[in-house]
Amino acid sequence: MYAIPFLICFPLFVAFLLAFAGKGKAGNVITIGGAGIIMLSSVVFFIYCALNGFEGMELFFETEFADRLILLGEILLMILVTFQCFKHRKYWISLLSIVPTCMIAYMELTGEHEEIAHIYVDRLSALMCLIVGIIGSLIIIYAVGYMDGYHAHHKEIEDRRYYFFLLLFVFMGAMYGFVLSSSLIWLDFFWELTSVCSFMLIGYTRLEEAVTNSFRALWMNLFGGLALAIGIVYYHHFVGDLSFREFIEEGIAGNPYSVIPITLMAFAALTKAAQLPFSPWLLGAMVAPTPSSALLHSATMVKAGVYVLIRLSPAFQDAVTEELTMTGSMISIIGGFTFCVASVMAIAQADAKRVLALSTVSNLGLMVACAGVGTPETIWACIFLMIFHAVSKALLFLDVGATENSLFSRDIENMHGLLSRLPRLAVFMFIGIAGMFLAPFGMLISKWSALRAMVDEKSMMTLIFIVFGSATTSFYWSKWMGKIIAHVNLETTTPVKDVTKKSELFSLWIEAVLMILLCILFPLLSKIYVDPLLDDMFASNGEVLPMSILYMLVVIITFVFAIPLITSAYAQHLASNTKMSYMGGINTGTNHNFVDSFGEPKKLFLTNYYFATRIGVRKLMLPSQIITLAILLLMGCIIFGGAL
Amino acid sequence: MNTMITKILWALAYLILAPLIGGLLEGFDRKISARMQRRVGPPLLQPFYDVGKLLHKQTINVTKAQSFLMLSYLLFMMITGVMFFTGIDILMCVFVLSTAAMFLYFAATVTSSPYSTIGASRELIQIMAYEPAVLLTCVGFYVVRKTFEVGSIVKADDSAIRYLPGVFLAFVFVLTIKMRKSPFDISTSHHANQEVIKGVTSELGARNLAYFQITEWYENVILMGIIGLFIINRNPISIPIAIAVVLIVYFLEILIDNCSARMKYTQMLFLAWTVTLIASGCNIWLLMMILKD
Repeated sequence: MYAIPFLICFPLFVAFLLAFAGKGKAGNVITIGGAGIIMLSSVVFFIYCALNGFEGMELFFETEFADRLILLGEILLMILVTFQCFKHRKYWISLLSIVPTCMIAYMELTGEHEEIAHIYVDRLSALMCLIVGIIGSLIIIYAVGYMDGYHAHHKEIEDRRYYFFLLLFVFMGAMYGFVLSSSLIWLDFFWELTSVCSFMLIGYTRLEEAVTNSFRALWMNLFGGLALAIGIVYYHHFVGDLSFREFIEEGIAGNPYSVIPITLMAFAALTKAAQLPFSPWLLGAMVAPTPSSALLHSATMVKAGVYVLIRLSPAFQDAVTEELTMTGSMISIIGGFTFCVASVMAIAQADAKRVLALSTVSNLGLMVACAGVGTPETIWACIFLMIFHAVSKALLFLDVGATENSLFSRDIENMHGLLSRLPRLAVFMFIGIAGMFLAPFGMLISKWSALRAMVDEKSMMTLIFIVFGSATTSFYWSKWMGKIIAHVNLETTTPVKDVTKKSELFSLWIEAVLMILLCILFPLLSKIYVDPLLDDMFASNGEVLPMSILYMLVVIITFVFAIPLITSAYAQHLASNTKMSYMGGINTGTNHNFVDSFGEPKKLFLTNYYFATRIGVRKLMLPSQIITLAILLLMGCIIFGGAL
Repeated sequence: MNTMITKILWALAYLILAPLIGGLLEGFDRKISARMQRRVGPPLLQPFYDVGKLLHKQTINVTKAQSFLMLSYLLFMMITGVMFFTGIDILMCVFVLSTAAMFLYFAATVTSSPYSTIGASRELIQIMAYEPAVLLTCVGFYVVRKTFEVGSIVKADDSAIRYLPGVFLAFVFVLTIKMRKSPFDISTSHHANQEVIKGVTSELGARNLAYFQITEWYENVILMGIIGLFIINRNPISIPIAIAVVLIVYFLEILIDNCSARMKYTQMLFLAWTVTLIASGCNIWLLMMILKD
């Protein structure tokens, strides 16, 4: 089975090639070719797994050479981080890298190790590979066109685009490694690698704000990494095993020594999934060029946190009482709270990228809440949320980036009438937003399942958060949609030129088509893929969603696509009389001006509600960070006190 | 096969009868409101005359997209009703209902007209205000009946309201918002004398306005259906009681409409969410604690 080392190493190899690409066009060819091969190989790998019936595969028992390589890698990462920290005089952050690396290295060099499988492939990791492979590669292909426009506009930033592509490829490799590893040490290495990569991506522009934000991202993620390392060392010390699978099985069986490591690992996942109080790093990541934010937000980085939580989730149910453990409730409350608060904060944002960032945080909150409850229903919901979120968020980010290059603005207020001004991009944006919250797209059905499961598990807090959070979620999405479709008179507005490049359009098209396909095929996907995945995970056998619901969904889906088509076809031929809009009789002959009190024509400007002074990030972030920190500390103390 | 036929009959009955019932209810609404204001008021069938007249006029619009969006609004509302009255999942009905509401928002905002756009934004705030209570109502039914299916909820041994008084209260409270009645007629009003003229419906002319009117009738019947769901159980006697409760609630809405002044949207949001949290939230929380499987 050489496919797996290929998947992990090939992106790193492409990155290596890019390091020598120089400034010519050769880099673009390598980038697009590399991304294409990665996408293809991940699909082939998935098909290969499917032909094997997704039997769980344990591979690579003897890996002395790779172990040494990984140890070397960890030390290199540590040196790199320490160097950067000293260069920018953030000395203390280097400790967050030195301490865990030394701990892991000491453990590895001195301890006894049983022979374990270092790679494990099952449905979940195959699915993650597919998401990372397809979405990640599309983002990289998009980046080739995007960086052209980006550097054309931003002359003040040094053009280091091949370094940027290089980082994207390293990131992909790290993600593959992360989702396929079954050795805790390997897991830890790839974990740190994604943290460091995201740090370097965020700092790409070398502007002051970027550097500040990149270090914030670095320390928050390394802090999570520290928790992970402590958990691993603790577990190894008491149980003496280093297999991730064994680790979870011990957790399910209720081994008292696995309570603390599981909690620490779940905590680390919270930092990576940018949950409160650690959300600011992901919001700060917006300063980087769009492809990197798209990669961080949609397919990789944050999904790594969710992936870990999904893996851990069976252990969140107590083996004896079959109730939610303290760790599980901690995770689900933090997730629910983040879902609700982040979506409230998103209402106050007019900057499209910031809305997307907050909605990512908020959606991750929902996924984390679902994973925290840890029943088959909620994991079902979580996995679908993850798939839909990856596709629609990638689409939205890339689209906003392309729109910004054409419109020179990413303010939602400036997107008034985008549907007539940049029709292609507006349609993609519309599809992406619809995927985020409208029936019957996956988000909604996941919410259905999550609500039901929360009642079954009697998690009242999370339930309330979800109910209120979904009300605020639809508010900020629909007001954005309203802006896009607003009617404008093209003759009187300044024309906008669509400068979207071919490589950008290629990615956008594929993602939009994927989005719609997912929406149509998802009952099938649930039946043939996700249900068996849950059977493997929970050793249960049953359909999470009743067939009646699935059938009904198919019907609703048909209607949702059919009704607007039919009605628009009907309305096309409707005899109608088009009039000016009502302005109390003071129109000036167009819908864009009215007569002001001096008798002069004045431009009409329409804007949405934002309530920025009441619910802005500045107002809400600190209090909610304090609340979540208090919850974490309080529940953490109870868990640790109970386990020690 | 028998159940299938009953379901189809229910769907047809809804599609045909709902506008009649909704229109009649509105007729009564106007008449009673008039009497409360010491006026004679229009004839009972006036709403039908109005809609009939509107349907025969030439469509007037600001942009062509309005007609298609309003028609979609109407069709989605019909689907919601059919889903509800054939006894399918209530939470799913609510989701489709909110999708329908989105089309009304689109129809209003697509015009780029100032009054219509402000009304549309306010409509969104209204949706945000009532949505938690509506979702919690579905959750409440699930807590009591262990199912979201309307068909199974009505077959229970006793009335759901016995367990869900708080949820019922919160639902009736947000019903005023959903029906856009004073003090919460913020996005549009039945009387064109407010600061945003007619809000969402400002730019709806002739046929489009008729679609709006008919959709409102369909919607009101669904909402009243949910009120009835709190009462109806296996016992046939519960049906007349449910109808009585529905009529009382509707009368209450008319009364509130006529004796209160319009609120600011911040007040509405705050009040609606507080009531939802306290009445509905606490009700469900207590139920979860008491009902140990």
